Amino acid sequence: MADEIKQEPPAKLKVTIDNVTVEVEPGTTILQAARMVGGDVAPPAMCFYTPLKGSGGKCRTCLVEVSKGSEKDPRPMPKLVASCRTGGMDGMEVKNITSDRVIGARNGVGEFLLINHPLDCPVCDQAGECDLQDLSYNNGTSASRYEFKKRIFKKHDLGEYIQLHMTRCILCYRCVFTADQVTGKRQHGVLDRGDHSEIATYIEKSLNNDFIGNVIDVCPVGALTDKTFRFKSRVWFTKPVDAHRHCDKCCGKVTLWNRGNEVFRVTTRKDQWGEVQSFDGKTGWICNECRFDKKDVNDWVIEGLTTIPRHSVKGANKYKVLDVPKETIGEVMQRKPKLLMDIHSVSDVNSPLIDLSKIEGPATSDVFNKAKALEDKLVEEKKET
Amino acid sequence: MSLQLTNRAKPIDRRPMSAFERLYFWNIFKGMAITLKHFFSKKVTVSYPEETRPFSKVFRGLHILNRDEEGRERCTACGLCAVACPAEAITMEAAERKEGEEHLYREEKYAARYEINMLRCIFCGYCEEACPKDAIYLSQTFTPANYQRKGFIYKKEDMLIPNPVTDKEAYEKALGTIKPKSEKI
Repeated sequence: MADEIKQEPPAKLKVTIDNVTVEVEPGTTILQAARMVGGDVAPPAMCFYTPLKGSGGKCRTCLVEVSKGSEKDPRPMPKLVASCRTGGMDGMEVKNITSDRVIGARNGVGEFLLINHPLDCPVCDQAGECDLQDLSYNNGTSASRYEFKKRIFKKHDLGEYIQLHMTRCILCYRCVFTADQVTGKRQHGVLDRGDHSEIATYIEKSLNNDFIGNVIDVCPVGALTDKTFRFKSRVWFTKPVDAHRHCDKCCGKVTLWNRGNEVFRVTTRKDQWGEVQSFDGKTGWICNECRFDKKDVNDWVIEGLTTIPRHSVKGANKYKVLDVPKETIGEVMQRKPKLLMDIHSVSDVNSPLIDLSKIEGPATSDVFNKAKALEDKLVEEKKET
Repeated sequence: MSLQLTNRAKPIDRRPMSAFERLYFWNIFKGMAITLKHFFSKKVTVSYPEETRPFSKVFRGLHILNRDEEGRERCTACGLCAVACPAEAITMEAAERKEGEEHLYREEKYAARYEINMLRCIFCGYCEEACPKDAIYLSQTFTPANYQRKGFIYKKEDMLIPNPVTDKEAYEKALGTIKPKSEKI
C-alpha cells in the first residue's frame, strides 16, 4: 500500500499534546513526543522501555485520548490508545492530563495492577524508586476494594545474584525482552497464562548470563531485586555517585549507591524516565562482574554525585555542599577541640567490624551476633590492658 | 507635667508620713496576713518523684518499640521513621529473618540495629506518624537525666517493650498505671 502511494512524508510531524505542539520525526510514538515536552505531560509507563525492542503495550498506564487523528483525517480515535505503541501523525491532537477519561482510565489501571500486588513496600528493596509506587501515589486511592485472596506462587530460586518475588510482578515483560535481546541466551521467560503466569527459569535453571543482572534495573517493581544488596539499606539512605571502570565486557559506566565509602549497590545509569542511559549511541548495559563483584570503592573512578530530581525521596538528607564553618579553637586556644562524645564509640550502627557491602546476600542474625561477640572481646581486651 | 500615655496612671501621695504611719504597724500586719493566707492555700509544687504531674493526653515522651500480641517485634526496618525524622536522630540496620526466627520477628526483614539519639531527638512524633507497622510509639515518660552523653544513645533493647508472652509480669507492669479512659470527644 505504502509503495503505491509513494508520497514523501513531511520532514517533521506536528503533534499537539495537552495544547503543547512539538515537531517530531516520522515514526515517533505519542509517548516519545510527550516526553519531548516533558513534565506532567509525559504519561507514566510501566512496561515500555526505549532500549528494548518490542516492549510496551502491556500495562495500559500510558493510555491517552486522541481527539484529532491527523490533519487529513481529523476524526477522533474512538477509544483511548496506548501512547507507547501509537505513532504520531501530522496535526494529531492528544489529550493526556487534560482529559478526564484518561485520568479515570489510569486510576482504573492502577487499581487493577494493585489487585495482586502484596503492598509489602516496607520490606521491599525497590521502595523509593518503584514505578508502581509513583503510579499509585499519583493515580490511586488510599484503600483497596479488592477483598479476595491475592495470588501466591511457589518460590523460584534465580541463582545467587537475583532475588525473585513473583507476587510483586506486574507482568510487564521488560525482563523477558532484556534476557532475549541483551544476553546471548535466554534462560527465563513467562510461564503459564492469565492469573497463573509467572516469570521463571525453565526447569529451575539458574541464570548465569553475563548481562542477566540488567533485568534488575529494567524491573519497574520489586519483583527482581539485587541479592547482594538485599535488605542492606534503604535506597534513600545510600548516596548515588557516578563512577566508571575499565571493563572488557561492558561500558563500565555505572551509578554506585554508597554509604560512606562502602559500595552497597551498583546499577546502570538511568535517565529521567528511569531508563538506561546511552553512551556513544550504545545502551549502557553493565555486566554481572561490574554489578555484583566490584563492591569496593577502589575498583571505581568516581566522577561525582548523581543528580537526583528534587521531588525524589532518594535525595532526602543528602548534602551536596557541606558548609563546614572554620574551626577556630586551635588558633585561639592552641589545642584541639575536646570531643564530648564520639558517636561511633557508643553506636552499634555502621560498625567498623562488619562491612555490610562485602557480605554476599542479606545480612542475618549470624552476621550481627558475630560482630557483637567481636566487639565484646575488644572491650574486654581493653579492660585488661 | 509629663506626657500621659494611658488613663491608668495613679497619682502618688507624696505627703510626709504621720507619726502613726511611721510605726509601720498596720503595713506589717497587712504583709503578715498575706503570708498567713498562703499557709492554707493549695500548693503549686509537687514532691517529685514521689508525686508526678499528670501529662496531657497527647504528651510525646520516650520512644518504645512495639511487639505484636504474639511477642514478635513489629519493626521491619523500612526506614520511614528515619527519613521522616527532622533531627536525623534515628539510624538502623536491617537483617533477613532466618528459618526458626519466626517467633521473634513479624516480617521477613527486621531491624537488627535500631538506635535513637535522644540528644538529637526533638520529640515531634513524626516517626510514630510515619510508621506503617505500628512499631514505634512515643510514651508518657521523660527521657531520664544522665551525667554522660553516651547514656542518651538508646538502642533497640532499651526501647523494646517486654514480651507479652514470655515475660507477662513485666509487660503488665510496663502498661503503666494510667487507666484508659472512655473516649470523649
